[in-house]
Amino acid sequence: MGNRVHSLHKCPGSPASINRDFVRHCPSQSQPVDLEASMKRRFQFCLLVAVSLLTTHLFAQSVPEIAFDSAPNLLKLPADIYLGEAAGVAQNSKGHIFVFTRSGETQLFEFDQEGNFVREISPRNYSFAFAHTVRVDPQDNIWTIDEGSNMIVKFNPAGKVLMTMGRRPESAEGDVPGGFNFRPVLPGDTPRPAQPYSFSRETDVAWDAAGDIFVSDGYGNSRVVKYDKDGRFVKAIGSAVKGKEPGQFNTPHTIATDKQGNVYVGDRGNSRIQVFDNDLTLRAVWTGMGAPWAICITPGAKQYLYSSDAVGPIYKMDLDGHMLGKFGTAGKRMKEFGWIHEMNCNSENELLVGELLNWRVQKLELHPEAK
Amino acid sequence: MHRSSKFVLAAVIVFFVRPLFAQVSVKEIPFDSAPNLLKMPDNIVMGEAVGVATNSKGHIFVYTRDGLLAYTVGSSRQFGRGAAARLYEFDEKGNFVREIGKGIYAEAFAHTVRVDPQDNVWIVDEGSNMIVKFSPEGKVLMTLGRKPEDFAGIPGPVEEGQSSGGRTGGSIETQLLLSARPPVAAPAGGAPAGQGGGGEGFNLGPFAMFNRETDVAWDAAGNIFVSDGYNNKRVVKFDKDGKFLKAFGSRGKGDGQFEDVHTIQVDHQGNVYVGDRANKRLSVFDNDGNYKTGYINVGAPWAICITPGQHQYLYSSNSTGTTDMSDNGEIYKMELDGRILGKFGKGGKQMKEFMAVHELDCRTDNEIYAGEISNWRVQKLTLHP
Repeated sequence: MGNRVHSLHKCPGSPASINRDFVRHCPSQSQPVDLEASMKRRFQFCLLVAVSLLTTHLFAQSVPEIAFDSAPNLLKLPADIYLGEAAGVAQNSKGHIFVFTRSGETQLFEFDQEGNFVREISPRNYSFAFAHTVRVDPQDNIWTIDEGSNMIVKFNPAGKVLMTMGRRPESAEGDVPGGFNFRPVLPGDTPRPAQPYSFSRETDVAWDAAGDIFVSDGYGNSRVVKYDKDGRFVKAIGSAVKGKEPGQFNTPHTIATDKQGNVYVGDRGNSRIQVFDNDLTLRAVWTGMGAPWAICITPGAKQYLYSSDAVGPIYKMDLDGHMLGKFGTAGKRMKEFGWIHEMNCNSENELLVGELLNWRVQKLELHPEAK
Repeated sequence: MHRSSKFVLAAVIVFFVRPLFAQVSVKEIPFDSAPNLLKMPDNIVMGEAVGVATNSKGHIFVYTRDGLLAYTVGSSRQFGRGAAARLYEFDEKGNFVREIGKGIYAEAFAHTVRVDPQDNVWIVDEGSNMIVKFSPEGKVLMTLGRKPEDFAGIPGPVEEGQSSGGRTGGSIETQLLLSARPPVAAPAGGAPAGQGGGGEGFNLGPFAMFNRETDVAWDAAGNIFVSDGYNNKRVVKFDKDGKFLKAFGSRGKGDGQFEDVHTIQVDHQGNVYVGDRANKRLSVFDNDGNYKTGYINVGAPWAICITPGQHQYLYSSNSTGTTDMSDNGEIYKMELDGRILGKFGKGGKQMKEFMAVHELDCRTDNEIYAGEISNWRVQKLTLHP
C-alpha cells in the first residue's frame, strides 16, 4: 500500500447518519503531494471528526422509518413446482418477475407482472449448479449468476443463450472436490492469481449505458471486473485475496451502476459500499448500512440506492450517500425478512426482495410520505 | 409417627414392591395389525418408513427414505442433489393420493413427519437440517433452519463454538451454520457494527439453526418445539411465526440434559415430553423448558406420541436396533405421569412385530400407526385393552 495516499474527509454539511468518507485516491507515486493543502486538510479533518462525532449519534436516531406494505400471495406457483431459497429476483421492462432459486435443482422461473407462473427457463442448464443472483438488462436480456458453476449466462428474452462467461469446473480436474488429485487449499497456500476470464464464485453483474459489464467476483476472488459489451476483459480492481483497505474487498456480494456509469459495490464482509467511477477508480466509501448483502439503484431521473442488511433494515440512500430512510426487521411473517439476498427496484417505491431463509419473494410498496 | 420410622416404613414398602412392579405388573395388551394397509402405485416403492402421521380426516402421511442422495461438484465444494426423502399422502383407507413437495430443497434425509391441529404437514429432515411446514394443500407455509451449502453428506458432530475448521470452501453462511450456535440476537434499532474481516458481526437475525434435528411438536398456542437432535443436544422453542424464543438442554446425563434427543410431544397443559434414546429416559419439561421429571422405566424411547383426547395417554416405543431383532421392540402405553398401563409387540418381521419403529402417531386412544425403518412399512395397530 506504500504507493497510495489516502486522506479521509468527513462531510460536515451532510445530513448522513453514515460516516461519509470520501477517499482521495492517488494511484501514482509520481504525483506531487501538496503539503499546504495536506495541512489544511488535516485541520479540516480534525474539525470534521469533532463535528461528526457530535452529530453521528443524532443522525443515527433520526433516520426516518419509511412506511411500507408487502403484497400478499405474490407468486402463484403450479401445484408441483416449489421455490427453494429465493437467491435471485429481477424484473424486466414489462414487469415480468424472474426468480433464480436453489430448489432441489437450481432453477430459473418466469412469472408475469401479476405473479402468474409463465415458465421455467432452460431447465438443467449446464451452468445451473448453485444459484446466486439474476439480473435483467435494459434490453430485457436475463443474466444468471451461478456461484456453483462459476458461470454467468446471458439469455435473450425468449430464453435462448446469447453469451456465457466463466467456465464450470470439469469434474475430472485436479483441484476441485471430487476431482482427480484434489487437495484442499490449506492455510498458508498462495492463492492462485485471479484470471481475466475465470470467476471464483462470482456474485453479481451490472451494466453501464454503453453495455459494459461489471462483475463482482466474489466469494473466492475479491475483485470487481469490467468487460466490454462483448465480454472482452477491460480491467479489474481487487485481487484473489480478501482485504479491508479502500479498493480491496471482503466478499463483494452485490453490484449496481448509475446512469453516469459509476459502479457501486456492496462489500459485505467489510460492511461498506465502495463507489467507483466507470474506470474503476475509487470515489467514495460509505458505511453505516450494516452488511450490504443486496443493493439496487432505481432507474428514474433522480436515482436512489437501496441497500439491505440480511435481515433488514433496508436503507434508502441518494447517490451522494445521504441516508434518507429505512424500513423492515427480521422475521418470518410478511413484511419481515430472513436473509434478503437480492433486491430489484424498477421504480422508487416498489421493490422486489428475494429471501434465503423464507423461500419467498416479497413485493414491497413504500409510502415515504406516510407517517 | 416419627419421621424416621416413616422413612423406614417407606423404604420397606419400596423394597418389596418395586421388584413386583418390574416383573409382574406390566401387562400385555392384545392388539391387531391391519393387513395390506398402504396401497402403493406400481411405480412407487416405499423405502424406510421413518416418518408417519395422520391428519384429522384420517389421511396418512409417510415421510420415507427412498431414492439416492448424490453430490455434484461446484467450484469450491460439493452440493447435495437428489434426496433420500419423499413425502407421500394416502387416504384413510390407505389409497395413494399424491406426493407432496417433490424435489423440494429441504428434502435430503428423511427423519419424521407430524400433522398439526390445523392439518398442516411438517417434515423434519436431518440431512438438510430443515423443517418445512406445508399447508393441507401442499404449499410451503414456513421453513425453519437452513440446508448447509457445503454438502459433504450428513453433517458430522460439531461441538459448540467450534468452527468448520479444516473444511475448505463454504460461504460465511455455511460456516455459521456449521457452527450451529444459537442465533445472534438482532440489536435493537438497526444496523449491527460490522467490523469486517471475515464477516464477523453480521446480523443474522432471530433464527435458530439445527444440527440433525429429529422431531417437532406444538402447544395449544401454536408455539413450536423442536428436538435438535443428534448433534445439538437441545430443544428449541419458537413462537407460532417461527421466531426463536429459547433453547434448553445440553449434552450430558443429568436432569434436563440429553445424549440423543430423538422424539418430542407436548400435552394439553403445554408440558414437553422428550425421548432421549441414548440415556434411555423420557424427560418432562414445563412449557418454559424447566425440567420436571424423567421416566426411566420404558427402555430407549425412540418414538413417542400423546393422544389428543380429554384424558391423554402416552405411547413410547423401546425399538429394536435397525439390524437386530433380538432385543426390545415393545411399545408401552402410559399415563402422562409415567405410570405404565401396559405394553405390546416384540421385535421381528412378521405382522404385529416391529423392526426399529421410528415414529408413532396416535389420534385415538387405542389406534396407533407405527413406521418402521427396517421393515419398510407402516402398521396400523388396534389395541384391545
